[in-house]
Amino acid sequence: MKLVSPGAFAKSIVASVQGYSLLTGRAIAALFSPPHYFADTFIQLDSIGVGSVPIVILAGFFTGAVLTLQSTTTLKQFGAVDLTGRLVSLSMIKELGPVLTGLMVSGRNASGMASELGSMKVSEQIDAMRALGTDPIRKLVTPRIVATVSMLFFLTMISDTMGIAGGALVAVTLLRQSGAAFFHNAISALVMGDVVEGLTKPIFSGFLIATIGCYYGLSTSGGTRGVGKATTQAVVTSSVLLIIVDTLVTKLMIGIFGR
Amino acid sequence: MTDPLSPIATEPAEEPVIEFSNVSITFDRDPVLQKVGFHVQRGQTCILLGPAGGGKSVLMKLANGLLQPDCGTVRIFGEDLARLSQREMFLLRSRIGMVFQESALFDSLTVEDNVAYRLNEEKVPEEEAHKRVLEALRFVELEQAVSKFPPELSGGMRRRVSIARAIITQPELTLYDSPTGGLDPITSTTIIELVVKQRDVSGTTALLITHRLQDAFTLATHRFNQATGHMEPIPDNGIDPSTRFLVLNEGHIVFDGSTQELVGTDDPWLKAYIA
Repeated sequence: MKLVSPGAFAKSIVASVQGYSLLTGRAIAALFSPPHYFADTFIQLDSIGVGSVPIVILAGFFTGAVLTLQSTTTLKQFGAVDLTGRLVSLSMIKELGPVLTGLMVSGRNASGMASELGSMKVSEQIDAMRALGTDPIRKLVTPRIVATVSMLFFLTMISDTMGIAGGALVAVTLLRQSGAAFFHNAISALVMGDVVEGLTKPIFSGFLIATIGCYYGLSTSGGTRGVGKATTQAVVTSSVLLIIVDTLVTKLMIGIFGR
Repeated sequence: MTDPLSPIATEPAEEPVIEFSNVSITFDRDPVLQKVGFHVQRGQTCILLGPAGGGKSVLMKLANGLLQPDCGTVRIFGEDLARLSQREMFLLRSRIGMVFQESALFDSLTVEDNVAYRLNEEKVPEEEAHKRVLEALRFVELEQAVSKFPPELSGGMRRRVSIARAIITQPELTLYDSPTGGLDPITSTTIIELVVKQRDVSGTTALLITHRLQDAFTLATHRFNQATGHMEPIPDNGIDPSTRFLVLNEGHIVFDGSTQELVGTDDPWLKAYIA
């Protein structure tokens, strides 16, 4: 591993933050002035949203199922097995649904964006786009941000639903609990603040995933090796930041809703 | 700010199309270009020669505003690129065609969509765009490849599609970054013939990078015969007066002059380079 001086390292961090901020600012500004690339946005909505549905369904379903299995064992010790539905729904909607969906979409799409844009960068297609009079941020980054933010919102809803369904299935078939009681507890435990919290998180997560994937893609250098490196960095950075931002949003929501 | 799309308003007749003044640029503390200055007049073809790694492609990207110099001024059509906003820069680029070293075609688009890219951005009606794409592809003799994707094409074909994409809007300035790089001699000659054809048929100003001296001298000594549809030597060992040479070595311009001046140079390094 190549060692760099602390000064050079600090400069590279500052330069990265500056580059990321400029990219993000310009991508957001592009939302409010023409030209708009609606066709590219719809392609991304399909690719990011519809393409991620199978993994989100599977991840959500089995997370709910395993949560039921694990929690029932503990709740049984306190004679509170009836609270399984309550625990599963609160956990899925407030925390696991948004975070796991974010991580799934990050693994699938931040890497996809970084590798696609990175390949375009190293093969001079980004320069060609600029030379042909098109702003790559407007055409490539803004549609991905819009698509990821909006689709992650709906994917999280799917994940929440599938998580509760998976939990219910395990509770009814394996643990011989009442399905009606499970769903009653699951729904009655929720208040508006929980749902708002669970659906606010994907807005932040989607924004992070898209901007970080695009930033690493457009910063790629060093040929195909650079594309691989950019892809890895995009997934790692977006996943870690996603969890950090999740903590901050949770704290904020607890401050607002008191739970 | 003047409108970069109105040539009459912005350019006096004698103003150079490309003008570099004291341009320097450094990457990772390595100076790539140092105090480079030259100009290219309207209708001229400037051939940029020099050893690999000498800063030729960087100079080309500076000319299209894809890079910004650390110091110095780059003026294109009389506009100082450093003073243009992003939007004005994109408008200015609509007057410039660029052929990239590795073609830089969009892999996910067909040849037709690649060539029509700029027309589609300008919302030209589909029917007219298709007609103009076929015209541009006919110019590069690649009409049959209209529905293919770039990965299905050979290196030479990709380069020809790249030329078609660059010239479809009939730009006033064409930048060729090593259009014959990595191609076999026969395909290279085909590409050079297209460059000569574009120069002589459209009278476009051009800046062309090449590593192949024979391509450079073919450009200087040949013309396009529209009657036969082929390139031919200029009679009586003639030399195209609009072709100029610029030689770049280690970030400095070591020669800026005509074909005759280059051939008759006394500079030992230049003599060895063109030998």
